[in-house]
Amino acid sequence: MTDGQAADDRSMRVSLWGTRGSIASAGPDTVAYGGNTSCVEVEGRDGTIVILDAGTGIRRVGDTYKEPRRIDILLTHLHMDHIQGLGFFAPFFEKDFEVHVWGPPSTTEGLRARLSRYLSPPLFPVRLRDVAARLELHDVPREPFEVGGLEIDGDVVIHPGQTVGYRISDGAATVAYLPDHEPALGANGMPTDPAWTSGHDLAAGADLLIHDAQYTADEYEERVGWGHSRISDAVGLAQMAGAKRLVTFHHDPAHDDHELDRMVEDARAMATDGLEILPGREGAVFRA
Amino acid sequence: MAQRDVGLILMRQLASGLAVPTLIADESGDLLFFNEPAELVLGRRFDEMGYLHGGEFARSFALRDEHGDPLPEDQVPLRVAMRELRAVHRRVVFRGFDGVDRKVEITAFPLLGAGGHLTGVVAMFWERKQ
Repeated sequence: MTDGQAADDRSMRVSLWGTRGSIASAGPDTVAYGGNTSCVEVEGRDGTIVILDAGTGIRRVGDTYKEPRRIDILLTHLHMDHIQGLGFFAPFFEKDFEVHVWGPPSTTEGLRARLSRYLSPPLFPVRLRDVAARLELHDVPREPFEVGGLEIDGDVVIHPGQTVGYRISDGAATVAYLPDHEPALGANGMPTDPAWTSGHDLAAGADLLIHDAQYTADEYEERVGWGHSRISDAVGLAQMAGAKRLVTFHHDPAHDDHELDRMVEDARAMATDGLEILPGREGAVFRA
Repeated sequence: MAQRDVGLILMRQLASGLAVPTLIADESGDLLFFNEPAELVLGRRFDEMGYLHGGEFARSFALRDEHGDPLPEDQVPLRVAMRELRAVHRRVVFRGFDGVDRKVEITAFPLLGAGGHLTGVVAMFWERKQ
């Protein structure tokens, strides 16, 4: 499925493989938006591939790579719904693949040690050190870095534990990815001042902003500090930052397809200045 | 203006909800914010402040040590916390923007980001009644 824009082979292709938050939620009520947890694949114009987060959606992505290649996985943080698919990512177990995993820095433990808490017994039968692929782990640097033809900027955002968001540009278009983000926690009555709004610079002028939109306004009142956004804050940030299109993401596991459709309609009613609201459905493909 | 570090954003939000007078400066020592309780101590509302470079800000208070001797700029708690990346606690006397001399204890500490880098510095003021 595409977003209806003219497909341009020279533009970035952004594929949603998992859009659900917190826990995988497959079932008859979640067919349209999907049940897999966070995973987005970005393919640059030069064929560079980066995968944003390794929720359960990454299992199907892995199955699409038939030939050995380099793949970069950019983790926003290490909550289970963002790493649970790592152990089921087929290229991990192919010796001719080169997999680079990037994650938020920590002053206490390296990324390998933190990921190994999950990828080791008793939680998982295969240890991280036993994967067949050539595996390299990286802390996300403070400065922008390049992967193939993509420039990537990772910056810390408001979410419990060390969490980054990403801004990916190919020189012509920009995609911003902030799947778990609670900017309202750092601002009274946002949107207010861009300089004091978490995530602003990552989202500024983005052609496509994929952003946490987990809660309705009523739900958020009971969940302040849990690290997620009410959909109105996602719209507010997108407009403040001048993003062109907002993709709703990290859907609450309790929300069925009808509820999510209602939330998207609410967001569309709030949006002004030409901001386009797009439902973040598993299987959707966007061009940026 | 570029977006501030998330640690500073959250610190400002926390400070705005505290009863303890609290001031936040960036990694260069330039003033970013002080809360309403600090307005009473410093003698001016934050919204009335213009941009103040770190050195200017410290000098505008004519800081003295507890014996009344002028405090060199490099011994101002904010400066020490920033330079030595450690918490500092010190008794000082200063003259507020309202011209009133106040005796306070200052606790200053650096804010270090996820990678351990300095993002700013915080000072909390504890007014001494005598």
